[in-house]
Amino acid sequence: MRTPAIELVGLRKSYGDNEVLKGIDLAVAKSQVVCIIGASGSGKSTLLRCVNRLEEPTGGEVRIDGIDICHPDCDLDLVRRRIGMVFQQFNLFPHLKVRDNVTLAQRKVLGRSRADAEAVADDMLGRVGLTEKVDSYPSQLSGGQQQRVAIARALAMEPDMMLFDEATSALDPELVGDVLDVMRRLAAEGMTMLVVTHEMDFARQVADHVVFMDGGTICEQGPPETIFGNPTEARTRQFLERVLHH
Amino acid sequence: MTVAGSVEPELYRSGRRKRSRRRRFNLIAALVGVAVAVTVVVAPDWGLLAEKYADLDRARDLFPDIVTTATKNTLVYTTFSFIGGLLLGVSAALLRMSSLRAYRWIAAVYIEVFRGLPALLTIVLVGLITPVALQFQFPEILGVPTGGIVALSLVAGAYLAETVRAGIEAVPKGQIEAARSLGMTHTTTLWRVVMPQAIRIIVPPLTNELVLLLKDTSLLAVLGVTIATKELTQFGQDAANQGYNATPLLAAGLMYLMVTIPLTRLVAYLERRNKVMR
Repeated sequence: MRTPAIELVGLRKSYGDNEVLKGIDLAVAKSQVVCIIGASGSGKSTLLRCVNRLEEPTGGEVRIDGIDICHPDCDLDLVRRRIGMVFQQFNLFPHLKVRDNVTLAQRKVLGRSRADAEAVADDMLGRVGLTEKVDSYPSQLSGGQQQRVAIARALAMEPDMMLFDEATSALDPELVGDVLDVMRRLAAEGMTMLVVTHEMDFARQVADHVVFMDGGTICEQGPPETIFGNPTEARTRQFLERVLHH
Repeated sequence: MTVAGSVEPELYRSGRRKRSRRRRFNLIAALVGVAVAVTVVVAPDWGLLAEKYADLDRARDLFPDIVTTATKNTLVYTTFSFIGGLLLGVSAALLRMSSLRAYRWIAAVYIEVFRGLPALLTIVLVGLITPVALQFQFPEILGVPTGGIVALSLVAGAYLAETVRAGIEAVPKGQIEAARSLGMTHTTTLWRVVMPQAIRIIVPPLTNELVLLLKDTSLLAVLGVTIATKELTQFGQDAANQGYNATPLLAAGLMYLMVTIPLTRLVAYLERRNKVMR
């Protein structure tokens, strides 16, 4: 069996006495799209943030291409440049124009020249449909446009895999579609993706594998047809009924 | 004025009562204002006031020294102390946020001590006592005595440290997470992402600190002055003492305002602009 791109082994995370992740085992194969669903507070964002160690796991292992990145000798900066991340709140750099948002890390982390970085930035911004916004500041863009810039910023680093942390949750409903389209295209191009989402349609259509989390554990996981069509766990059924019928 | 037969609603009666009360209040306020204005105009002996506060001949004699020596010295002391204060302040702010507890403690003690002491006491302590106690003479740099400047820098640094720290901490955590998730190092994140945003937050309060510091340079006179090292307040005071006339003090005051008012206006402008940008 091939080494998974991302593998979590007995992953635990607590804040004081509050255990948020209670031993998670999960594998994401190369080019696979895995969606994590579940109620808020179930630990799905914490799980995602442990994958590039924005949160420090308190137990277990996070393996990227088979290598445990919780090892004390691990150079996190090298790991992170291979893992793109998109946040719920976009987190664009407000003091930089759109193009500079996309070139900063390329230049400072990958050491690309300004010209090279700008060529890549313009290419990526074109792919997310924002060519005409390169000279704008983030505050001049809609939420949906900002999120697409954030995706372009991550893609410009040519990552091996992408993490999406509720990328559409902060968007007005009419802007969600554009961002999901970009994510769909990325999935079709074979990007390895771990996606925390409340968009059940997206999970059903795009995911290869769906994980339902509840109370800091993986309650049920499987192909989308099974999770959405014929879930075995009562808690999964309850959750889906709540989110799908309102 | 109810139409015969109809009952006037309570809503209207109550509203009318409130309106007439408001009118009465405005009338009284206007009368008080007029009374105060009349007193101010009539009471003083304007001739004496003009002679004691706005003696044009005396005012003319102040020039050019009030500008070329006094104002110049005030500005030089302010600039030196502000630069010293900024260096100390940024260092203390970074130490305050260090992961090493000892550094955090050192910075905290420095900030608390020098914010808690009166500036005048610090100036005397550092400027007069230290040279005696430590057998150490503060050097003159470009003809500027540095003892008082070191003291003022210490005071300014303590205040600026908290301003700088507040600015850095006001940058949302998501900014740091985004930068780190792209593989930027701690240092790159600090200088390329956090600091540029922090500076925008810091500049308005920093300018306020500059105004406070400018006024505090008047305290430096306690260390003793020569004709060449007088700053504005001491200059005005000395000139006023010759003949018991306040004109030089008023002139010195105008000099301060010519610097401070543009600065405070600048702060107001920057704050307005910041609001738009966020």
